[in-house]
Amino acid sequence: MSDSTVVAHAAPEHGHEEHPAYLRHHFENTAQQADAAGFAMWLFLLTEVMFFGGLFTAYLIYRNWYYPAFVEASHQLNVVWGTLNTAVLITSSFTMAMGVWCAEMRKQSGLVLCLILTFILGLGFLGIKTVEYKEKIEKHHVPGFHYSLKSFVDPQSDPEIYKEYHDKPLALDMARHTEVYFSLYFVMTGMHALHMIIGIAILGFMIFRARAGAYTAGHVTFVENFGLYWHFVDIVWIFLFPLLYLISRHQ
Amino acid sequence: MSHISPVIWQFLVKWMTTFALFPPEASKLAPQMDALLFFEILVSLIGLTLVILIVTTFCILYSKERHPVAVQIEGSTILEATWTIIPLGLFLVMFVWGALIYFRVYTPPANAMNIYVVGKQWMWKAEHPGGQHEINSLHIPTGQPVQLTLISQDVFHSFSIPAFRVKREAIPGRYTSVWFEATTPGTYHLFCTQYCGTSHSAMIGDIVVLTPDDYKKWLAGSTSGMSLAQNGERLFASLSCNACHNGKPDARGPNLANVYGSKLALSNGGSVLADDAYLRESILNPSQHITQGYAPIMPTYQGQISEEGIISLVEYIKNLNSDYRIQQTLNTTGLLPEGEGKTTTAMPGNAGAKAATQGMVKQ
Amino acid sequence: MSSTIVSLPDQSTARLPKVSFMNKENGLLSWLLTGDHKRIAILYLISITFFFFIGGALAGLIRLELLTPQSDLMATDTYNKVFTMHGVIMIFFFLVPSVPATLGNFFIPLMIGAKDLALPKINLLSWYLYMAGGLLAIYTMATGGVDTGWTFTTPLSTHYVNTNVLTTGLAVFIAGFSSIFTGLNFIVTIHKMRCPGMTWFRMPLFVWAHYAASILMVLGTPVLAIAIVLVALERTIGIGIFDPTKGGDPLLFQHLFWFYSHPAVYIIILPGMGVISETISTFSRKRVFGYTAVAFSSVAIAVFGFFVWAHHMFIMGISNYSMLVFSLLTMLVAVPSSIKIFNWAFTLYKGSITFETPMLYTFGFMGLFTIGGLTGVFLGTSGTDIHLTETYFIVAHFHFVMVGGMLMAFLAGIHFWWPKMTGRMYPEKISQLAAVVTFIGFNLTFFPQFILGVLGMPRRYAAYPPEFQVLNVFSTAGATILGIGYLLPILYLTWSLKYGEIAGDNPWQATGLEWQTQSPPLTENFLITPIMDHEAYDYDWLDKQKEKEVTIVG
Repeated sequence: MSDSTVVAHAAPEHGHEEHPAYLRHHFENTAQQADAAGFAMWLFLLTEVMFFGGLFTAYLIYRNWYYPAFVEASHQLNVVWGTLNTAVLITSSFTMAMGVWCAEMRKQSGLVLCLILTFILGLGFLGIKTVEYKEKIEKHHVPGFHYSLKSFVDPQSDPEIYKEYHDKPLALDMARHTEVYFSLYFVMTGMHALHMIIGIAILGFMIFRARAGAYTAGHVTFVENFGLYWHFVDIVWIFLFPLLYLISRHQ
Repeated sequence: MSHISPVIWQFLVKWMTTFALFPPEASKLAPQMDALLFFEILVSLIGLTLVILIVTTFCILYSKERHPVAVQIEGSTILEATWTIIPLGLFLVMFVWGALIYFRVYTPPANAMNIYVVGKQWMWKAEHPGGQHEINSLHIPTGQPVQLTLISQDVFHSFSIPAFRVKREAIPGRYTSVWFEATTPGTYHLFCTQYCGTSHSAMIGDIVVLTPDDYKKWLAGSTSGMSLAQNGERLFASLSCNACHNGKPDARGPNLANVYGSKLALSNGGSVLADDAYLRESILNPSQHITQGYAPIMPTYQGQISEEGIISLVEYIKNLNSDYRIQQTLNTTGLLPEGEGKTTTAMPGNAGAKAATQGMVKQ
Repeated sequence: MSSTIVSLPDQSTARLPKVSFMNKENGLLSWLLTGDHKRIAILYLISITFFFFIGGALAGLIRLELLTPQSDLMATDTYNKVFTMHGVIMIFFFLVPSVPATLGNFFIPLMIGAKDLALPKINLLSWYLYMAGGLLAIYTMATGGVDTGWTFTTPLSTHYVNTNVLTTGLAVFIAGFSSIFTGLNFIVTIHKMRCPGMTWFRMPLFVWAHYAASILMVLGTPVLAIAIVLVALERTIGIGIFDPTKGGDPLLFQHLFWFYSHPAVYIIILPGMGVISETISTFSRKRVFGYTAVAFSSVAIAVFGFFVWAHHMFIMGISNYSMLVFSLLTMLVAVPSSIKIFNWAFTLYKGSITFETPMLYTFGFMGLFTIGGLTGVFLGTSGTDIHLTETYFIVAHFHFVMVGGMLMAFLAGIHFWWPKMTGRMYPEKISQLAAVVTFIGFNLTFFPQFILGVLGMPRRYAAYPPEFQVLNVFSTAGATILGIGYLLPILYLTWSLKYGEIAGDNPWQATGLEWQTQSPPLTENFLITPIMDHEAYDYDWLDKQKEKEVTIVG
């Protein structure tokens, strides 16, 4: 008993005027394609939330246990640089959003400008972070690399910071816990910086493609979804900044 | 156990242990645990049989030859409800029963005799309060609740006595505890059940259960002479704890007499129960919980004392009900020649360093 | 039982279709750079089988060592490496991707009437990430292995071994991204690419199961990623986050690790359950009993599965109140699984049942998963967990659900969809024999381990007290039989590629859109977008279809 049912006609030939060149053939139309891509990016960002979530959980637990150590350790961070970085990132989110708008409005030169500005701001953020990291390295506040407790058992050895906060010296065991703070600081900001670097690299690629007109011919999905990614990286920083920099600034 | 006919119970237990399906029951907990296990096995057998019966019956009745045309049935809310509620009900019974047993196992009675166990790669070290030390074995009496306070010196280990149906992880950095009461003299397996490296399978030993008389004999015959508390007193002096915790009214550190088991008011407003874990923490991380009314000047002894040393100190403080012995040690220190075992008035942050330079007794 | 529902075209005149996804383009690059979900599924199938046999060989070594109480076949360190690599490879490189990456990849678009998954390039990337991780894992083995156990418990893994922890961690990290991207792809596809008329409740339960598993993949795997990153940093730099002497807490690692690794087991089993829904329906000629209940129970398992992780930590010093919460939730997560078992059993009621190989594996699944699942309740019950945890009871429990459950479901699916994927039927008699051999071998291997566990034999022991030897010998004997049972399909399935009977479109008379296309399918799956105008498992619709069909062969 044979019952094969074969729909045996050839695939219809179609000219490419019927749909844009960028429509992938497994999608029915560009709307479905854009919808799927956007949804995929939101889902990906959800995975990133879970990724950073583990770190935030660890932070919350240890901050609860070792509050005095966290307070004094966070005084070692420069609030000016941190605030500046926050402003830089928020501005870069603005320029990115403007870029997306330009792409949707098919303004190619506007898009390229916005992408370049975002790129520069992103580099600026990383530059400031480099300055901060360098300071930490010089003061031996990098866990695992000759980590020094001097600033915490004897705050007066650090005149600038002492002048501002008048920290009391920490007992040795509590001072040791500042290493946990800095571990979390470096891992969290490091992960964040890694995501920034990846974003900046993609931005560089996008600037080239934008100049060739890739995103201003109606196909804005890539720019839109990258915008989502960039905003996400910004939002992570918005959480990192108060948690790491702003613990009890005024005792 | 009392609810099942004793005959059936005896039969089950005998059958299971004779055929080596169950380990011997050697603790008071074991029959309680086994009762729940039997219940779970029974429920599982019934459930499995039910599923197999349903599937087999349907396969026979509705095989293609017998029942060539299938009847499309959407479902049945009543059946769904049945096989949701009944399993849920049974599982909840197990949950409650199991939780009761769990609470029982990890809540030692007040009259439990405490033995400290330190796990390290790859051996178990047991320290009896009377100063007896054992490696890879544990001698205990019948009829006496025994609490084990466990800690690891390196990685996670797990102290398991199948015959007693108890098991507890030994974790680096904090105490865990478990208790049991042995009922039958004999020798039983002790296993490490948390993978801990190369010789994990060699980290095994014997639990030797003795009658109370035999146990007394064993205690007498295997002591090193100094009890844990005595060793603790020795450390208390040599580490200069007595400099601040000297029991005087103007002392820099709180009075430790009768502190064990009391509720302490902390400087941050909260309060804490002064148990073994607290005592250990306050030696290693004193800044965490400063007693109200005292300055946060106690130095940490992290890195300067081993887990066995901490155990001795904890045992000492547990048994301290007056400052008499502390005073004695201060007097003795005072009589020593200059520079030996003496500290100058301790400066914040200095005492630890001083103790480190003055012949640290690390065990 | 001699009757069968198999209906093949007349073999004297039947040929494979001239054009299909298999021969549309030729050459190695057309396979290595493909975007076609079906080709990627085949790539996965080959690589997964490869890793399965490596993991299986390691299992063989374990059972050989355990024939005798002494640690005499290999050095204890070597044994520790063998069981670690067995776990790592089997879990991350076989079980997690097995059904989703092969059958899921191949059939989800077909089942919902789509031409491909939403993100074909990401799909291909998934496979490359999987291969990179897998090859790195093999490199790890070749350069000395790792001996921390697949659970990477700190501080053992961070401070106390000097084996290849970092490379293995990296391999798992990379494979994790493969899993995340697969799950992401499935979720987007199921949401956005269902054909007209394909509502959520008209989808096959196979798709529902993959949807639930994908949620777990997407939300759970990143937490494993961060746990591995932290272990790597602790191990290399010594950041102290898990180190008590620096103020860290080794229990934090346990929480982060199990937050993924518990949902991981549901990632593993849910797709297998999806397969069972398909096979039990087809071989009883009936819609799955309680479709809605089965669909919702998949999602319930996924949701509840996120909240039970600390039942792996009952004796590690979590508070009694934590225990209450996690034990209670564990009881709740067990209920949807039992709902499914009963729904499948009642699918047989008033059906028309035949016993082809996929159905044999299905029955094997139902029995063995029931045992495995019930023993899970023993462990979720905190009191008995104290006695049973960390012993061979755990080993038996998870092998019953993973191997007796999941692997049987995988084999059921492979046999069920083999004709669709390859256009050829596998040989029925020898495959039924293999199914029976596997079932017998499995029980002989793993049932004694329950007893060993109750007796107290710890897991991960290279040497054990002599009184445990008899049961261990039974277990090893069973493993030999099991090995044969798994070897046979490799042989006869490969044989069938050349010599198997031509299957035609729908040899099983099954419902489902995938059976309405040719075997093997065209690259674009459907020339015209299908319109779904009937419910899932609608055998009446299928009968009407048969009346209207045109018979064209080849």
